[in-house]
Amino acid sequence: MAGPAEATSQTAQRKAFGNVLVGFALLCICVLASSVRLFSVIKYESVIHEFDPYFNYRVTRFLSEKGFYETWDFFDSFTWYPLGRVVGGTMYPGLIFTAGAIWNVLQKLNIPIHVQEVCVFTAPLFSAFCAIATYLFMKEVRGRGAGLASAAIIAVVPSYISRSVAGSYDLEAVAIFALVFVFYLYIKTLNTGSLAWATALFFGYLYMVASWGGYSFIANLLPIHCLACIVFGRVSSRLYIAYAPWVILGALAAANIPVIGFNAVLMSEHMASFFVFGLLHAALAIEYIRDMLPPRAYSAAKKLVLTFGSTALAVVLALVVSYVAASPTFGWTGRSLSLLDPTYASKYIPIIASVSEHQPPSWSSYFTDLHIASLLAPAGLLLCFRPLTDASMFLLLYGVTAVYFSGVMVRLMLVLAPAACCLAGLALSEVTAYLSASLVAAQQPGAAEAEAPSESDGGVAGKKDKSSGSSAAAAAKQAAKKAAKKGSTGASPLGLSGSWKPVPKDVAIVGLVLVFLGLSLFYRHSVYVAGEMYSAPSIVLQSRRPDGGVKVFDDFREAYAWLSHNTHPDAKVASWWDYGYQTTAMANRTVIVDNNTWNNTHIATVGRAMASPERKAWQIFRSLDVEYVFVVFGGFIGYPSDDINKFLWMVRIGGGVFPEIKEPNYLGADGNYRVDDQAGKALLDSLMYKLSYYRFADCGPMFGAPRGFDRVRNTVIAKQDFELKYFEEVFTSEHWMMRIYRVLDKPNRDARLRNPRRAKLGRRAPSKRRQPSGALSK
Amino acid sequence: MAQHLDTLKEIVSSFSAAYVKTPTKLKILDAFSACALATAVLQFVYAKLVGTFPFNAFLAGFFCCVGTFVLTLSLRMKVSEYSGKPAAAKEFGGYALAMLTLFIAAVNYIG
Repeated sequence: MAGPAEATSQTAQRKAFGNVLVGFALLCICVLASSVRLFSVIKYESVIHEFDPYFNYRVTRFLSEKGFYETWDFFDSFTWYPLGRVVGGTMYPGLIFTAGAIWNVLQKLNIPIHVQEVCVFTAPLFSAFCAIATYLFMKEVRGRGAGLASAAIIAVVPSYISRSVAGSYDLEAVAIFALVFVFYLYIKTLNTGSLAWATALFFGYLYMVASWGGYSFIANLLPIHCLACIVFGRVSSRLYIAYAPWVILGALAAANIPVIGFNAVLMSEHMASFFVFGLLHAALAIEYIRDMLPPRAYSAAKKLVLTFGSTALAVVLALVVSYVAASPTFGWTGRSLSLLDPTYASKYIPIIASVSEHQPPSWSSYFTDLHIASLLAPAGLLLCFRPLTDASMFLLLYGVTAVYFSGVMVRLMLVLAPAACCLAGLALSEVTAYLSASLVAAQQPGAAEAEAPSESDGGVAGKKDKSSGSSAAAAAKQAAKKAAKKGSTGASPLGLSGSWKPVPKDVAIVGLVLVFLGLSLFYRHSVYVAGEMYSAPSIVLQSRRPDGGVKVFDDFREAYAWLSHNTHPDAKVASWWDYGYQTTAMANRTVIVDNNTWNNTHIATVGRAMASPERKAWQIFRSLDVEYVFVVFGGFIGYPSDDINKFLWMVRIGGGVFPEIKEPNYLGADGNYRVDDQAGKALLDSLMYKLSYYRFADCGPMFGAPRGFDRVRNTVIAKQDFELKYFEEVFTSEHWMMRIYRVLDKPNRDARLRNPRRAKLGRRAPSKRRQPSGALSK
Repeated sequence: MAQHLDTLKEIVSSFSAAYVKTPTKLKILDAFSACALATAVLQFVYAKLVGTFPFNAFLAGFFCCVGTFVLTLSLRMKVSEYSGKPAAAKEFGGYALAMLTLFIAAVNYIG
């Protein structure tokens, strides 16, 4: 028999080997997390995606040129003309300062990477950090096995990939990492009860508050957890040290960020933390007094407090209620109210309701975005109760609240993703440990212990990935070794009470194979979804040609480049607010409205202009000093997200401020939105219709379709040949996706005369083709 | 009413009798916490009377005091768990770090 010294050295060796395996597995997880987000760079190019990232990129570019201090005071005169925007006070600086800091460090190391590359690759880098943070978080909640499983799942969960591909330089790229990291620090402080960790929690929370508006989720989740601990009798000094310093330091941290400012102590979103702060002190005081007083005096004190204290409490409550009821929204901001009451936005704030990612998700999106995590998460919820610790109760509450909010808005599926991954990882590691331990227990009477790990990692659960298959075996071996260790000592894994019963050997093998298969399906699905669905930069479009080749539509950048090269630097450009950030970042021109949507009346003015007849629109644009107007038109190639499809939202938003715009006027006789001869009269007169379809009928017959056939609405348009009196077409991109018009100083008096370059009205165009793309005059 | 006063006196006397028995270290920490809390209440009353402009200065002072109260109370709880052993001194390191952070954060707000 081995002596005790040899046994300890053996366990020490095993521990060291286990640590190395865990480190290697984490390294593989990080590499996997970064690599799966690089599809967009491989399939398209290293470019910033979508709309919001362009604003972040522009501010980061400013930061790289002028420095951190100047960015804090940055006033942007290129947008919301003539109002401008105080960028320093209205942006969440976390992401921008992070990328700026990374760029600075690289510059100091003499690695001359352009700021755009740093911005594009920030998201994959921070997704790797998020996987590590998830591992640390679950290690605190349940153990290293759960940590590794959760990290493995969150590395590729599609919901998180969708907002953090390379190029998606948006706030969520770093905010999700900050979210999980704050949770880790909170649970670490809760478990250790050390004030040093409470200070670390402050710094983590400061970073989170600087990064994302979703910090109010944490600001309310921690009080909910503390309240649950109080109610269930889990009050302790550790809870106090985790929660109370966070309330004070967190409020100071939040008020430091200009965009939040004094809202951190005045708005209702943060009242919960102060309320529970008071409750916690009351609960601790009660316990302290109970310890100090003899029982008789304590019961007398209790009676006294109940009689007098209830009146005092009623007075305080009345004060709070009167303060809160004094404000029309009960002290909540509009965005928070639209989260609590899903119908609020559609009734009162059409701009919030019009954003597609603010719509409730469909059932299928839960499966697409979470796949196996949505199946395993309920099992994880149950496992939180076995045993129920403070940390597992936190995970439980996080999961439940995240599920509610994900049902309100699609974009909040992102907040559910870490919760679902953690719960799924918990379930996965427990199932694997149980099955492996059963396998080991079945081996025990017969073969030596050394056979058990090799037996179980043959069919054991792990991560299957085409590029890092070795990591699967490594992580699996680690889980099996842990289970073997547990099984061999006879102690029960999973916190089951001592009388756990192992399942028979063949059931265990089949179970492990099934778990392995399920995970393989998950990885296959995630990589497919990452490559096919979530990697599109949406500023460049791709489609397949009949011969299998790829056709690229680069119209947007073509048009922005035209604007930047062919217009005066002080020219003002008007368009719908979706394109504001892209226009300022790429075309470098002043815009009237942009994606920040902070001024509803200004947006409604532009919407009114788009919905008005040509002369009225011309007057509105002239009053705003606008020189160029552009619309996005998809009818030529069948691009469905064009301005004609968004037009009803322009009408609604404009009509919300200017009552002369009535939505029914723009609908057809049957109440549907159509552009053919049944279209609403106001629609046919509107500027949007005219700018989109000007000379569209002259394209010539396309693929056998009749003249003027709109490939998105699938009808022939009503008004086909008309002239513009107040606008002049200056640029239409190659596939007609962006059409730029100049606002004339004086109306075009010859508009009623036939333009000799055009074919006779009403007849098919002869072989004379219009120039494909380029300026028609000047 | 009179019997309420009597029970109150009894409760207070039994509480003070039990409190006298706590170690001196903890009593010092308790006194410091009470001091900080009293300062915070004073500041709040002052702000109510005189007005909250400039609000950032009020925030700095008020949160500094309440933060000191909270952190000292945390230290007291940790030290009482050690029940007077000298090993409690290592908790002071975390306390010092937290107080430093609190003061640096509060200094950011002073006008």
